[in-house]
Amino acid sequence: MPDLHHPDEAHRSPDCRQMLSRLSDYVDGELDEALCRELELHMAGCENCRIVVDTLRMTVDLVHTAPAPDLPEEVRTRLYVSLRLDPYLKRK
Amino acid sequence: MFHPANSGIVEVMTLITTPDDDGQLIERLKAGDQAAYAEMVDAHAGRIYHLALRMVGDEAAAEDILQETFLNAFRAIQSFEGRAQLGTWLYRIASNMALMHLRKKQPVTFSLDAPAENTDGDDLPRQFFDFCCLPERDLLTDEARAELFAAVDDLPETLRVVFVLRDLEGLSTQETAEALDLSVPAVKTRLMRARLALRERLSAYFAHSTISAETGGALPGAVSPQPDARL
Repeated sequence: MPDLHHPDEAHRSPDCRQMLSRLSDYVDGELDEALCRELELHMAGCENCRIVVDTLRMTVDLVHTAPAPDLPEEVRTRLYVSLRLDPYLKRK
Repeated sequence: MFHPANSGIVEVMTLITTPDDDGQLIERLKAGDQAAYAEMVDAHAGRIYHLALRMVGDEAAAEDILQETFLNAFRAIQSFEGRAQLGTWLYRIASNMALMHLRKKQPVTFSLDAPAENTDGDDLPRQFFDFCCLPERDLLTDEARAELFAAVDDLPETLRVVFVLRDLEGLSTQETAEALDLSVPAVKTRLMRARLALRERLSAYFAHSTISAETGGALPGAVSPQPDARL
């Protein structure tokens, strides 16, 4: 990928592969401050890494906010019967 | 119905509890109110079933885990102290049962110590479509969610289990490591690989759906296409 680091910072910025290993911690807010700054500095000059971070965060957000899918009706019926709760089956 | 007094208690169940909004329901459950049991089942069965299904990848096994989760919960409700959400307690029971199922099914191949940390280049991002700026109506469609969860199901088991516990069930990294007998760095590595794989799949999905919607127009929100670009 293109090296878009600012010339003054290039020697300090982690390369893209190093950044990759820190992404999850960064997205989870678990990366220490100095590494965060290093990573943000890198992203400021590297559009693809910025996109990877933003879309990774969005992916995690979409997982976290997804509504619980419905229970298949036949599974629900068998569950209620197995728990001897079938008198309450009609409530849904 | 199954009565709590009939049973042994699952050790993990004594560790957790619930805030005030579950308080009344817990009292009714402890009093043996069957309607309360049905309410608990109604509220949590869907998520528990899909959690189990994601972990074990087998509908019949997921259904067994669902039933056993509630049976165990009924048995242990008297010892439930209320320091965590009722749902969290139930999901923990379910995930423990799913892990037991996986270990029983694959005592050799389901080694949670199996190397999954290899980063030989397969995990490197190849999709750079910036779907973050898409409108919510495009991001939150049923089809997009279906694609996301299909991608979860397609993850290798060693990555999927970590992802389910950490990102779907909400366990901490430390809790996930303890549940799977893995080191914290191993959990972090597997979680990252799982997330990157899902991001890759969603990026391709949103890029394709956007292109389709715009019939060949420029990709909104995308950087210049770089088909061979890699990190």
